[in-house]
Amino acid sequence: MALRYFLRRLLRMIPVILGMTIIVFFMIHLVPGDPARTLLGPRAPAEAIEAFNLRWGFDRPLHEQFLSFLGGLFQGDLGTSMSYNVPTTELVSGRFTPTLLLLGISALFAMIISLPLAVVAALREERTPDHVVRVIPMVGLGLPAFWVGILLLTFVALRVDWLPVGGYGATWPDRLIAMILPGLTVAIGIAPFTIRSLRSSLIEVMEADYIATARAKGLGGVRVLWAHGLRNAVIPTVTVLGVNLGWLVGNTLIVEKVFALPGLGALMIDAVLERDFAVVQGMALIFGLLVVLVNLLADVVRASLDPRVQLS
Amino acid sequence: MTAVSRSASPKAARGRRSFSLMIGAGLLGVIVVLAILAPWITPHDPLAHNLDSILAPPSSDYLLGTDHLGRDVWTRLLYAARLDLLIGVGAVITPFVTGTLLGAVAGYYGGRIDLAVSAATDMLFAFPYYVLIIALVFSLGPGIPSIFIAMAIVAWVSYARIVRGEVLSARGQQYVMAAKTLGYSDLRIIVRHILPNVITQPVTYAMSDIVVIIVGVVTLSYLGLGVPPPTPDWGSMIASGQSYLTTQWQLSTIPGIAVVIVGLSFSLIGDGLTHRLRPE
Repeated sequence: MALRYFLRRLLRMIPVILGMTIIVFFMIHLVPGDPARTLLGPRAPAEAIEAFNLRWGFDRPLHEQFLSFLGGLFQGDLGTSMSYNVPTTELVSGRFTPTLLLLGISALFAMIISLPLAVVAALREERTPDHVVRVIPMVGLGLPAFWVGILLLTFVALRVDWLPVGGYGATWPDRLIAMILPGLTVAIGIAPFTIRSLRSSLIEVMEADYIATARAKGLGGVRVLWAHGLRNAVIPTVTVLGVNLGWLVGNTLIVEKVFALPGLGALMIDAVLERDFAVVQGMALIFGLLVVLVNLLADVVRASLDPRVQLS
Repeated sequence: MTAVSRSASPKAARGRRSFSLMIGAGLLGVIVVLAILAPWITPHDPLAHNLDSILAPPSSDYLLGTDHLGRDVWTRLLYAARLDLLIGVGAVITPFVTGTLLGAVAGYYGGRIDLAVSAATDMLFAFPYYVLIIALVFSLGPGIPSIFIAMAIVAWVSYARIVRGEVLSARGQQYVMAAKTLGYSDLRIIVRHILPNVITQPVTYAMSDIVVIIVGVVTLSYLGLGVPPPTPDWGSMIASGQSYLTTQWQLSTIPGIAVVIVGLSFSLIGDGLTHRLRPE
């Protein structure tokens, strides 16, 4: 049963991934005319444009270009960097660790921030603590992640000796310390969504029959909240994290740049600034695949944890 | 949001909603008035360099100090409000209209149209928001027109999803059946009968979408992909202040506060509208 669910879920991914590939490929052709014009600028001489088109295959018919792009992907070839003339896959290697570390720590921080706030709000529903907690996401939605990062740099990193102002350490303890502020920045970006969902699912869960049963058995308030309420309210919040994974990952892009972390996001931003279209294309695809795969993982884990999820 | 109806005092909750609508509208009103009146109430030219007073601290002449080119920060802040608010509100219109229409058509007809719309939303949703926006604006070339196009390509997805779900459940309602029995055309049923009943959701979502778009514009400008310098914009103001964090931290801090206040006012309006527009 679980295997069949997994396979069906896997099958549903195929058209999505194919569609993403098409979007990424045709992006540069959104501007009518020559991609070389877009990339080299309007004043580039004709010979430069011709040489550029020949070198990167833009002179071939569009469908031919797409097929060779697709063919390359199947062989694990994401294209060649226009700035460095090396395969994109080579630039990418070693960049996964900082990004995945940042994502993990951000998710952890987001839960640590949201949990107490949501509990306070849910237990004091429609009273002052609840009103206060409900304003937090409204403020949070309008916070640009890069600005939060700059604030943390200015008011924390520059004043606390043991926190670096950026960069990625050489040893694991250093790396974890280097992740504290970037992780907090990304967590603040996702917290509006997790606080909201955890609050409303806690309110819903605390009214369920099994909570009344636990209370009737004489269990104390904290015990009921912890063992019965939170455990069930966390499941939808994990789903919310999964649904908003795109938002979470998108924010790491800018935060890596602010804190000078050598991750995937910083690579993509640098490629944008260097007008290295091939790498931008490859990175957009990698990020899309990352989100699709993590979502699949989240779905499978949730399905096997929650007995109420119908596997059909 | 769902908690209000079951609360012991729906009247109190409703009062609080009107309160947040009032506060939000008031806050936004003040900002809009300040932005419109910018040329008359600011003491300086937003683009004028004054090399005699570079990085000046706040004073009576320069209310919030000056930046690294001696330009008045308060003046630039208000001129930036004009542009960033205009882009935020302007860029939400196309995705709102196309998303709502596509969602309505997909939900009403189902079948192949629905399949196509749903597939497109799935694919666009799979990308991280900022990855797609940055890659699109990069491909189109930096600048404000590219931001409008990128938002039009990306942001309709949420409206289509919301409206599709609403229309799907409205399709079976008696008033739709009645309209069908009367022989009304599909177009008339969708536009005159279904949309007025489901429009609340996309309208309130648009309020938070404006916030997301303004934050997106500011982020793109921070990266040098949005509003080109020297035009005043909150994102590029934050970026240029970043070199002076140790001495002039207010340069990067103040424009961000402006973004947060604008975001809060739209969120409050959205929160208030949610219950104002929905019949109990």
